[in-house]
Amino acid sequence: MKTSFEPAAADPAEGVTRGVTPGGDPLARRSFLAPLRRIPNGVFAWALILPAMVILLGFSVVPMITTVWASLQEPGIGTSIGPANYERMVNDPVFLQSLRNNLLFSLVTVPVSLAIAMLMAVLVDREIRARGFLRMALFTPAMLPVIAAAAIFLAFYQPNFGLINVIAQSIGVPRQNWLGNPDTVLPSLMVVMIWKEAGFFMLFYLAGLQTISPELNEASTLEGTGRWTHFRRVTFPLLMPTTLFTSIVGVANSFKQVDFIFVMTQGGPNNASNLLLYNIYLQAFPNRNPDYAAAMTVVLVSILVALAVIQIRMFDRRIHYR
Amino acid sequence: MSHRVRNRRRSIGRPLAALGAAAVLLAACNGDDADTRLEDATADDPIEITMYYPIAVGGPLENVVDGLIADFEDENPNINVTPVYSGNYDDTTVQATTALAAGEPPATTVLLSTEMFALIDDEIIVPFDDLAVTDEDEAWLDSFYDEFMANSRDAEGTTWGIPFQRSTIVQYYNKEAFEQAGLDPNRAPETWDELVEIATAVQEGSDVSWGVQMPSSGFPYWLFQTFTTQMGVEVVSPAGNEVYYDKPEVIEALEFWYSLSDEHGVHPPHVVDWGTTPEDFLQQEVGIIWTTTGNLSRIRADATFDFGVAPMPSNVQPGSPTGGGNFYIFADAPEQEQRAAFELIRYLTQPEQAAEWSIETGYVAPTPEAWETEAMQEYVADFPEAEVARDQLVNTVRELSTYQRGSVYDLINDALQSALTGQVTPEEALTEANESINELLAPYR
Amino acid sequence: MTTEDAVTAESTTADLFVSSVRARRIVRAERFANATELVGVWLLALLWIAPLAYVFWAAFRRTEVALTFQPFTGWTFDNIITVWSMAPFGRFYYNTVVLVVGLSAGQIILGCLAAYAFTRYRFPLHNIMFTLVLLQLMIFPEVLLGENFRLVARLGLADTLRGIGLPYLASAFFIFLLRQTFKSVPIELVEAAEVEGAGRLEILWKVYIPIARPTLIAFGLVSISFHWNNFLWPLVITQSVEARPITVGIYRFLSPEIGINFTALTAGTVITVLPLLALFIVAQRAFIQNFLRAGIK
Repeated sequence: MKTSFEPAAADPAEGVTRGVTPGGDPLARRSFLAPLRRIPNGVFAWALILPAMVILLGFSVVPMITTVWASLQEPGIGTSIGPANYERMVNDPVFLQSLRNNLLFSLVTVPVSLAIAMLMAVLVDREIRARGFLRMALFTPAMLPVIAAAAIFLAFYQPNFGLINVIAQSIGVPRQNWLGNPDTVLPSLMVVMIWKEAGFFMLFYLAGLQTISPELNEASTLEGTGRWTHFRRVTFPLLMPTTLFTSIVGVANSFKQVDFIFVMTQGGPNNASNLLLYNIYLQAFPNRNPDYAAAMTVVLVSILVALAVIQIRMFDRRIHYR
Repeated sequence: MSHRVRNRRRSIGRPLAALGAAAVLLAACNGDDADTRLEDATADDPIEITMYYPIAVGGPLENVVDGLIADFEDENPNINVTPVYSGNYDDTTVQATTALAAGEPPATTVLLSTEMFALIDDEIIVPFDDLAVTDEDEAWLDSFYDEFMANSRDAEGTTWGIPFQRSTIVQYYNKEAFEQAGLDPNRAPETWDELVEIATAVQEGSDVSWGVQMPSSGFPYWLFQTFTTQMGVEVVSPAGNEVYYDKPEVIEALEFWYSLSDEHGVHPPHVVDWGTTPEDFLQQEVGIIWTTTGNLSRIRADATFDFGVAPMPSNVQPGSPTGGGNFYIFADAPEQEQRAAFELIRYLTQPEQAAEWSIETGYVAPTPEAWETEAMQEYVADFPEAEVARDQLVNTVRELSTYQRGSVYDLINDALQSALTGQVTPEEALTEANESINELLAPYR
Repeated sequence: MTTEDAVTAESTTADLFVSSVRARRIVRAERFANATELVGVWLLALLWIAPLAYVFWAAFRRTEVALTFQPFTGWTFDNIITVWSMAPFGRFYYNTVVLVVGLSAGQIILGCLAAYAFTRYRFPLHNIMFTLVLLQLMIFPEVLLGENFRLVARLGLADTLRGIGLPYLASAFFIFLLRQTFKSVPIELVEAAEVEGAGRLEILWKVYIPIARPTLIAFGLVSISFHWNNFLWPLVITQSVEARPITVGIYRFLSPEIGINFTALTAGTVITVLPLLALFIVAQRAFIQNFLRAGIK
């Protein structure tokens, strides 16, 4: 590690302590920033975080508050406040369907992508030839714009000349209308999501694997422990922190990622592939019901926060830090 | 976007915009009328207007639009037009309304003709009658096919939209597949019974996978209106505030559509994609498709086989709904921009330009004069199929157009899809949708 | 470890501790597992890259043969050329590049300052502020689509690149990550710098940032790729071609009223994906190494 300073013997006479504004020799350290040093630490720190906090507060917290406010506006002329939008929401089959779909979508895609990602990472972590190519092949889908991935799979899922049906037919499986059949449309979208996300999570797991001491692996090999047992007893538990972090990112993504609906199904057929954020978009923009959309947004945010808390609780118990 | 309308109590945007518009008006109309203001602008200081439009993927069509605009600018050097291609109708609606909410309203946009009531409700557009000053202007407003004006005028007869890229639904059929199946290649189905017979014959006797397909994604309500029209009923009131989806004829119409896949096995099951239906036809996967005449030029350009275009068949009567997009002028654009837009729209719907647009796309030119032009006569002589959609006009009905268009479309589209995927019976789906829609429209009656 | 090492280790151990029969069995099991893994990973990788490979294949084939598999005829650049002229892709690229580079740079600057403050100093409301940062990990700007749109429009930034980037300028993910990295900087270095009389900002620049370089690079690349691919927010906030990035451009392209042309779709996908792919292939090694060293745990 290169630094610009040599560790020097601390001179007790100087009485240098952490957190105190260092004086230094003004002549030796002539810097036009010198006047800044007189700013106390508390103010200094605030100045540092201010730009970031303004953006964060301005585009996450403030809109959240105004969203709640908007959701309480009663429809019609006048400025009354009330739960009308929430009542409508609770009785709206389209909203309930989109909620159900999203929960199911999350519940399936996140664990499956994590599992595949872990598998990928373990396989690719070894010293094998063409490791670079393999890693790239697995990671590339994660890098595509979702719109492009959606376009690719739209072509594949095409009932008449799409690749998947062509292959299915050649192995004797009857053709399906993957995107037009309400029973198969959500699983079809899940496949796209998993394909896209697993490679990305693989990177997290590769990083996590670096932290596992190689001696543990060697010990297992010497004892003749099977790969699977070694994985189950050693690798998997030690990867828990990574799993927690990745799972939080994954769950957030599964609620956030609705781009492919725009291209592939537009929420259909009959809302079988309508997800929460897409429904919010539909209500806010094409249907011009922003207050109703705000109510649904409140629900979405609550879910995200709740899921984050649940995940942290759930994993915290299982993680043992060394 | 109705952020501004629904939340007028919160937002200062609207009063501010009104103030702004008043200021402009005051400045502009110091005793002069809007026309003088337009003439004040010169080639060096032209009026800038923006026009959002939706159509098929670029290529020749975006170039055609650009060409038409360029010609207009040549004749009107004091107006500068920026055309912006904005995707499909829904996306264009969103773009225009978000631009409006952001304070940069376009002067004009091409949107669904059926968006009319929703736009009126949200106070987004101005009637063309307000901007028609001279006798010529009035004459122009009257020059369009009445069938297209059915979705362009409200119940009182005020003109809110000008037909531009209008269509009807037609049958495209694969003549080679017909021949292969031993059918007369020049005879498309003319009744519902014939539809089933011919579709079955084609499916069994040629290489196609399916005899017939009507797309049920994107615009299912529109395709469904072909069936209801052929049953001899209308589904919506001219005032846009009531629907009649629970009529027995309507239910029978949906049962027929569903039976094509369920009982007769000549139509793909579940929801058929709108966007890929022309491609399915071009790939010879299906023998007959029902879709917009707007696909005509593309199919003609890309077909590697002999194909035909035929009008809709008849059950009780033949027919199809009209469809497509109208020009609207936005209320929040400054008055001089509105006048400039008026001139632009008039130019684009003159016979020569309308003919050119129709030839390039397959949309129906919206005025009789356009069909009389030399270019159009030549085109039709060479390709008579282009006239099918226009000839069908006498058998058309107004397209489903109501207030709360977005939500109403969602309700009926979902209902149709739920019936076509077999999740509920046609009767259940339609009765429930009818109730929900009419409840939604109650405030407007 | 390689098979040879395993075998050597095994034979050594076997000599000392275990019977040779058991040793041979272990070695055979080891070899078998290795082979299975190798086959497995190759299958997985090929399966994963197949869709993209197929699209690249179809994009360069003539329309009639795009959906068939004869490898020797029908290659053409025409699709790409036609599609390129159908929309102002050059403009879209320019917008996207300017956006992602500017945004990533901004995020890094703001993030470094904020993470530094959170690491080194206890200041009033420290915990509350940091909780707010964590909150944004879950609540992305596009979740609050409607309100953020109104906010940005009111700031007069609708339909501009700045409008697209502004809500993302502070990245909670980066601040969180960087704080972790900063916390691992040995205190001796900091104290040494203080002894030399370095100012607080100087310490950030000369001590913390060099150590955090892998994190910065990894994040920069992640951010570039994330914002290159961002769709929903730019869809809503841009109207004209002026500020439209490539994802919205390709979407407009894919949503015509009239129908989808599949060779155009594949060619369009190739056009959208190629630069990012090229960048990634070139930067791949650097990216992954930095990502790993950044130590995400």
